[in-house]
Amino acid sequence: MSDGAGKAHLPELLRSGREAVLDRWLEVVLEGVRGRITERELKAELTELYALIERAVAGGDEEAGRELRAALAEISRSRARQGFSPSETAVSVFAVKQALLEQVSATADMQAYAEFIEFSSWVDDLGLVTFETYASAREQVIADQMEQLLELSTPVVKLWDGILGVPLVGTLDSARTQVVMETLLERLVETGAQFAVIDITGVPAVDTEVAQHLLKTVMAARLMGTDCVISGVRPQIAQTIVALGIEFGDIATKASLADALAYALECSGIQVTGRTEA
Amino acid sequence: MTAQDVELPIVSNEDVVRVRQLVRAVAAEAGMSLVDQTKIVTAASELARNTFVHGGGGSARVESVVNARGRAGVRLVVTDNGPGIPDIDKALTEGWTSGSGLGLGLPGARRLADEFELDTKAGEGTTVTVTKWIR
Amino acid sequence: MDRVPILKIGDVLLVSIQIDLQDQTVLALQEDLADRIVKTGARGVIIDITAVDIVDSFIGRMFATIASMSRLMDAETVVVGMRPAVAITLVELGLSLGGVRTALDLEKGMRVLGAPLPAVRPGTS
Repeated sequence: MSDGAGKAHLPELLRSGREAVLDRWLEVVLEGVRGRITERELKAELTELYALIERAVAGGDEEAGRELRAALAEISRSRARQGFSPSETAVSVFAVKQALLEQVSATADMQAYAEFIEFSSWVDDLGLVTFETYASAREQVIADQMEQLLELSTPVVKLWDGILGVPLVGTLDSARTQVVMETLLERLVETGAQFAVIDITGVPAVDTEVAQHLLKTVMAARLMGTDCVISGVRPQIAQTIVALGIEFGDIATKASLADALAYALECSGIQVTGRTEA
Repeated sequence: MTAQDVELPIVSNEDVVRVRQLVRAVAAEAGMSLVDQTKIVTAASELARNTFVHGGGGSARVESVVNARGRAGVRLVVTDNGPGIPDIDKALTEGWTSGSGLGLGLPGARRLADEFELDTKAGEGTTVTVTKWIR
Repeated sequence: MDRVPILKIGDVLLVSIQIDLQDQTVLALQEDLADRIVKTGARGVIIDITAVDIVDSFIGRMFATIASMSRLMDAETVVVGMRPAVAITLVELGLSLGGVRTALDLEKGMRVLGAPLPAVRPGTS
């Protein structure tokens, strides 16, 4: 930019008004991020950006443009991870326009005004870069968390010799249920367990899809020669299942995990009594 | 040998097995999970058998694909020049069978795949395309 | 065409499938098994599919056919060693193998045939 007729005014303005613009920029941004990032940190960031903007606006410095975009991307990523909102992040960039415009107005320089329009749309482009990086960083955060959640939330525990337990907590969706199903079936093979208790006490709601997944898990387990009991069926969930018209067929369901364990023990021919077995 | 984009004839029972093995190789190479591999291989088996038994033979093409959003997957296209399927709705109905089978071939393959496309014309033949995306 | 060997252990016939099954092999196995049940007077049949990496509707139907056929000849059939991925796929395919008994592995399958404890499986107690 800035190679119009004659010498451009904006680069000069950026240079001479450096302190004022930078201070004003800092002020506007600080207002938005209130306390979640220190003034010193922010000042260091903006000073670096400002220097790059100066170089880019002066023209003839391709490298500065690239560095500027890279620096903005880095800032957007860290803002996204720190939990700043998209507008708080974008304001960091857009605020430079306001700060500079105040300088331009003060000089009442028509050519600087004209150049400012070009500068403004250039900053808008930078804003888009910021936003895109922000969005993809957030998506990455979400994807990472989902994966962690999947791993964390599907433990298969041993309740007794030959009896596995799967305590399900949280919302069941298709992907998660598939993971649960596969993990459980693999553990049945590994351990040679005959029984699995799927406990849904911690599942807030059961819809048709979740119920179908549970049914499929039990059917697959049966095909492998094992059996499943579903426990933790709260009255509310029982009502939903009936209302949805889902057939659980001959699959055993129990109100509590304890009931399910007792049932599994009984089916395995194990008796738990107060006296020792003679 | 790379297992990408290969076409196999289906003119015998052995060919049905070959199609399964090819789909398995392509799916494994694409990095598909074991369960999903098993699903697409089973779908391939159903479709290849249909082609041999009902379509009077044909061919299968297996390719690894990437969709617009960069997701990788495996696609199988099974084609025959047989009599075609007169009633598609019926053919896709569970338990309906034109022969002595269980009637699970087409509806089963459809459920096992993520995408299913059926193109048939009476007297000209049938093409079934199934795709499974990598999770 | 390969044929699947049928072994006899006591009064149990053991079929361990180690090859990629094609339809002709499946049909031949059904016939061979029927013959052997009659000839040996076997009381049970175990089909070990630990090494089988897919079961489609044709193979699934074979299990059901063998089970009902052998039941007519007073022999019980147990399918053992089905892999998780195969089981999940069969359920998705819509095949429940009703009437076919299953067990996790060969040993458990033998136990199912050897001493049918009524309390071992729920629904029967």
